[in-house]
Amino acid sequence: MIDIILGHYNYWIVILLMMMGFYTVISRSNLIKKIAGINIFQTSVFLLYISIGYVEDGTAPIIAEGYTTYSNPLPHVLILTAIVVGVATTALGLALVVRIKEAYGTIEEDEIHDQDMSL
Amino acid sequence: MIDTLIDITLLAFLTITAVAIIRMRNLFVIIMLFSLFSLHSAGLFVVMDAADVAFTEAAVGAGISTVLMLGTLALTKNHEEKRPSHHARLPMVVVLVTGGALIYGTYDIPSFGDPASPAQTHVAPHYIEHSMEDTSAPNIVTAVLASYRGYDTLGEVTVIFTAGIGVMLLIGGHLMRRFRQKDDR
Amino acid sequence: MKHNLILRLIAKYLFPVIALFAFYVQFHGDYGPGGGFQAGVILSVAFIFYTLVFGLKTTEEILPPYVLRILASTGVLIYAGTGVVTMLMGGNFLDYDLLSPKPAAGQHLGILVIELGVGITVSSVMLMIFYAFAGRGRS
Repeated sequence: MIDIILGHYNYWIVILLMMMGFYTVISRSNLIKKIAGINIFQTSVFLLYISIGYVEDGTAPIIAEGYTTYSNPLPHVLILTAIVVGVATTALGLALVVRIKEAYGTIEEDEIHDQDMSL
Repeated sequence: MIDTLIDITLLAFLTITAVAIIRMRNLFVIIMLFSLFSLHSAGLFVVMDAADVAFTEAAVGAGISTVLMLGTLALTKNHEEKRPSHHARLPMVVVLVTGGALIYGTYDIPSFGDPASPAQTHVAPHYIEHSMEDTSAPNIVTAVLASYRGYDTLGEVTVIFTAGIGVMLLIGGHLMRRFRQKDDR
Repeated sequence: MKHNLILRLIAKYLFPVIALFAFYVQFHGDYGPGGGFQAGVILSVAFIFYTLVFGLKTTEEILPPYVLRILASTGVLIYAGTGVVTMLMGGNFLDYDLLSPKPAAGQHLGILVIELGVGITVSSVMLMIFYAFAGRGRS
């Protein structure tokens, strides 16, 4: 039992963080807070992937004298791409928030919905 | 042993920061806490031996993302979130069900750090052994990113370029002038 | 913020140091951690720091937006152009072995060139996005 907990606590806490980000997205109505929640979700997914690629007693995957065990380089490559694509989508989302504010006058989701329904 | 201790401490900080982001209503505080979240996760990446990823996450998450969110806050002039008008029961149920399904699904995953797990024994040893003689670059991550999987990196650069064009079309009215006008002096 | 003497001095001294670090990270990307993405972001952060202290108008006189538009497309063209060059030499798309008589040296040259393209595009796109956000309120 104790070694199951020691081997898996990393994954479980990362899943808890993912669910907290997910809860922020679906239950709060402010658009900037939703975008912060999406980013928390993204960062926790990156933590999950890097945890899968971790090798005990290994080192960073840069070939150097005296080291034989390296961490798995493939998740690092995938997450590097994912981080940069994440910032691109965050920038686009924030630009959309600025335009929504200029068009509707508010960034709370239920007020926007009411303005649309009353047209 | 000390690695495990740092790991647990950083994960605890991340959880406390995430709870604070959910509960706080002042948007400026939320953005600062989000920048703190990115910095702590960059520290966690360093503990897990991912040097390139930690570098990128610290520069991009705690640098550019925070600046852009503060710029949006200045443009929308909205400083506080409205108090929620009804209790959120259905989202809590959805979140609990999804979290339970995920924990049940990852129950059989190999232990954290196991050198014999399937993720470390299929393609990765080939890249680790052959990257120095194929590409003469000691950094395996750069070799895989730029040479073995170079086509995906071309797609990634195109995505960044498209995001720049998209932002320019949405809010970049004053950037669309052709060349330096005479009244710029 | 340009009335504050300490901020003015620190911005003038830190800007070349940050830019030099960005170039170091770019060109040593295959010997240590680093590469095109990190270097592009650090270079754009140097310009953003200068803009925060001295104002958007000063920075737009140094680096006008049309230069950023041209630079962003140039980076993608360098990357895709390397692929087309190797195709014209008779191999596959992005096959760096043909760029030099020894295959390993060709791969190293190919990695350097495409990381340069990536760095140019990332830095100009990040700075362009910042210009768009910072210049929206005034006009």
